Amino acid sequence: MACDAAATVAAIRAVAATVAEHRVELTHLDREIGDGDHGENLSRGFTAVLIKLNAGEPDTPGAVLKLVATTLISTVGGASGPLFGTAFLRASTTVGAAETLDGDAVVAALTAARDGVVARGKAESGDKTMVDALTPAVNAAKSAADGGGGVSNVLAAAALAAAEGAVATTPLQARKGRASYLGARSIGHIDPGAQSTAYLLQALAGVAGA
Amino acid sequence: MTVGIVLVSHSRELAQGLAEVARQMAPSVPIVPAGGTDDGGVGTSFDLITAAIAEADQGDGVVVLYDLGSGYLTASTAVEFIEPEQVGRVKIVDAPLVEGAVSAAISSQVGGDLRAVIAGALEARRANGPGGVRSLDDLGG
Repeated sequence: MACDAAATVAAIRAVAATVAEHRVELTHLDREIGDGDHGENLSRGFTAVLIKLNAGEPDTPGAVLKLVATTLISTVGGASGPLFGTAFLRASTTVGAAETLDGDAVVAALTAARDGVVARGKAESGDKTMVDALTPAVNAAKSAADGGGGVSNVLAAAALAAAEGAVATTPLQARKGRASYLGARSIGHIDPGAQSTAYLLQALAGVAGA
Repeated sequence: MTVGIVLVSHSRELAQGLAEVARQMAPSVPIVPAGGTDDGGVGTSFDLITAAIAEADQGDGVVVLYDLGSGYLTASTAVEFIEPEQVGRVKIVDAPLVEGAVSAAISSQVGGDLRAVIAGALEARRANGPGGVRSLDDLGG
């Protein structure tokens, strides 16, 4: 399947479905070490995204990503709005007006997304945040593309690495975000932002591999 | 010369209440609350913050204060979307929200420029209150 606008829309619809499917779980994770609204926030954001997509589908992958970005930024009132929103915005800017994306373009988009999140939130690897899923995802995506992989290999590698990265946040002590107020009590719980990032990439990979 | 002030909070009521308190000492200063989500829930709103900055800016700049971390994230995202002509005079300041708001408001009321109002907000980082425990050493025992 070529990664064109329609494929990107399908991928985002899959993300919305995944977010809905895991809403309660993500909220539960956030209740353990946060303010308990992560699942609701992402759900609200992606529901708004679906409404916009149903009203009219953009005609390039970049335009789809920008729609997601601005929607998340303006509908998600927690940290996820600015963070995921910036991720999608940087990805959108990076892919520009291209009609289709290849493996290298997806790597560039993921890298820009990660860099945007880091610039926005100033998190470093090991702070127990979504960056701990995103950075491994970016590294795995690069390796897959360097090895000649196309979009589907790149996203599959990214999704797997993100899932592992999310689990790896469990023993970390949070140094950013609401969880950082909990200090050592944040240890032993998966970071909700890392988990949702893993689910998001998993949904993208699922559509790409279909 | 009137530098405006925007108060970003996760609570609509908190931002509004603080604006009222700050206005008591700074009746001529645009002090614009931007608290809560668009539907009045707990959280911060990109749109409310964007509108507040526009309202507070009379051409001399705006100081933006926030309560918790994600307030800064939303505010800094909003600032990225501001027109190039205006963005240089909008500054988010890392200061305690309540004390910073009052201090910044006074600095603006007496005619301070953007730099002076920022300085006013920053003073709240060091200032002690009139009393109360300031260190565990004070507790003795």
